[in-house]
Amino acid sequence: MTVPADVSAPEMPSTDKKKNRKASTLAVAQQLRPSRKVDPTYYWMIIPVLLLFALFSTVPAVIGGFFSFTNYAGYGDWKMVGLRNFQNIFTDPEILASYAFTFFFAIVATITVNVVALLLALGLNSRIKWKTGIRGIYFIPMVLSGLIIAYVFNYLFSNTVPTIADSLGIAPLATSILANEHWAWAAIVFVTVWQAAPGATIIYLAGLQSISPDLFEAASLDGAGAWRQVRSISLPLIAGYVVINIILGFKGYLGTYEIIVALTGGGPGTATQSVAMRIFSGFAGGDYSYQMANAIIFFIITLIISLLQLQILRRREVSL
Amino acid sequence: MTTPLTELQPELHGPAQLDVPRPTKIRRMNREGYKINWWMTALMLVASLTILVPLYFTISMALKSPEQAASGTGFAWPTDPQWGNFGQAFEMTNYPAAFMSTAFITVISVLGALGASSMVAYAIVRNWDRKFFRLSYIYLLSAMFVPFPVVILPLIKQTAMFGIDNPLGVAFIHIVGGISFNSLLFIAFLKSIPIELEEAARLDGASTWQTFRKVIFPLLAPMSATVGIFAFLGSWNDFLLPQMLIADPALQTLPVVQQLFQGQFNTNYSLAFASYLMALAPTLLVYLFAQRWIMSGVMRGAVK
Repeated sequence: MTVPADVSAPEMPSTDKKKNRKASTLAVAQQLRPSRKVDPTYYWMIIPVLLLFALFSTVPAVIGGFFSFTNYAGYGDWKMVGLRNFQNIFTDPEILASYAFTFFFAIVATITVNVVALLLALGLNSRIKWKTGIRGIYFIPMVLSGLIIAYVFNYLFSNTVPTIADSLGIAPLATSILANEHWAWAAIVFVTVWQAAPGATIIYLAGLQSISPDLFEAASLDGAGAWRQVRSISLPLIAGYVVINIILGFKGYLGTYEIIVALTGGGPGTATQSVAMRIFSGFAGGDYSYQMANAIIFFIITLIISLLQLQILRRREVSL
Repeated sequence: MTTPLTELQPELHGPAQLDVPRPTKIRRMNREGYKINWWMTALMLVASLTILVPLYFTISMALKSPEQAASGTGFAWPTDPQWGNFGQAFEMTNYPAAFMSTAFITVISVLGALGASSMVAYAIVRNWDRKFFRLSYIYLLSAMFVPFPVVILPLIKQTAMFGIDNPLGVAFIHIVGGISFNSLLFIAFLKSIPIELEEAARLDGASTWQTFRKVIFPLLAPMSATVGIFAFLGSWNDFLLPQMLIADPALQTLPVVQQLFQGQFNTNYSLAFASYLMALAPTLLVYLFAQRWIMSGVMRGAVK
């Protein structure tokens, strides 16, 4: 096969690597298919997935959006009610309380997970013996079902801890923390940290290992101690990873569900009910359209947070 | 969303970094410099009890008689190990059925995630100069901003309508839910594969499909491992989707059937813990044997 026109493409002066690649892709395409038509195989690769995606992601979102303007209960007749669902949500103390709890929980969990993960990463990255084995232990929670782990902790919090506290004479802990409406959140945070810290630790370890050992060597020649090295080298250089962890974590904790279900079920009362739990109750509770409106509000809030986080990330990138 | 992340630290490329430094080698390399910090080692060992104690607790509870389980703190080692607990829990939860259902969802989800997102990524990367593919990319990525609670209620109705309110439907939704993130991982990886390899295959007369099957897909293996591990853990441990979507209780998955033991008044703790342990065991065993690969795979995904 003769290829008459292929010399022109690679010769084109281009400083951009991407452009170069594109040019060479085009060159191949031109050699084999002078018509420049896309091989239909590419469409076959992507269109079925797009259809499935539209069917199971876009369609339900649109349907949900539509029903948020109706009084549909999940069954039977319905009619349009305009913005009434949305108005009701903003005056519904239970929903507002679930938002307050969800944000409070997400903020506390994000901070705690990151502090714990950072300490773990520093420890696991230091000159310890049996590094492989010890790391292996710390990453176990990552592969376990959060729900079952929360069931196990449920027993620990409601039976074991009170029994121990009782025998030691610590009165405040002698009753189950899960039944305490002011402190049940602490148990949820604890289990969340137990489960989520390893994932964040891995990201921090990646960050720590990307720091050149020369820096530490230079610092120790200058007389910097271990703590000084952590503070002046490690922490500043993994700042970017802190941002990643916060972004990945925060949105996840906003949608927290199974750990709460297994620990408190949203109780005592509705003290630990998250927004996600409220929304999921929409089907069983017969207030489908009302909870869809709630879901739309939740969507808008997470969207704003995501965009803000992206903005921060982009700025961060410039400074790095 | 994740593209900028990769650019934060371009020098990170997965397994090499987390690959555990073989202690002997390092010792030899830094005979003077690398002194083992025994205080830190002790501290880390003590702190690792926070992981080990709950696991020990689960095991010891699983082996107790109901009387012993109901007394004390639960930490005492079972005086008279009740291996029969496992048999009973096995029957109560109908373990084989739940296991098969979970395994079915996981296999379909993992294969689907690998196949669908690698093909999507390949089609997009190789046709980036075409509007259709660029828009598809943006369309798929936009899903990352839609939190799950927004679509779940309509999805319950939809899956029932299509007759897939069963494990198959759950697997489909796992695949669709992971498409954005997984194809993003594959796209980032594909960009680092030199196009010359493909050109060679093309000149030998391979079609697009053959090029993908025989050249590209094998080259994607490291990233496939990452995507596969995430898909595996995500679908094996998932509670929300099966609980919400699977209508027939006989088809429920391992995490969901554990609810059986949450009755308020007749809780048999030793049976419950035997059942928890049997549900946790598969991933725990896989982890113990494949730790190295899992770690490097997760790591690759974590920094991307």
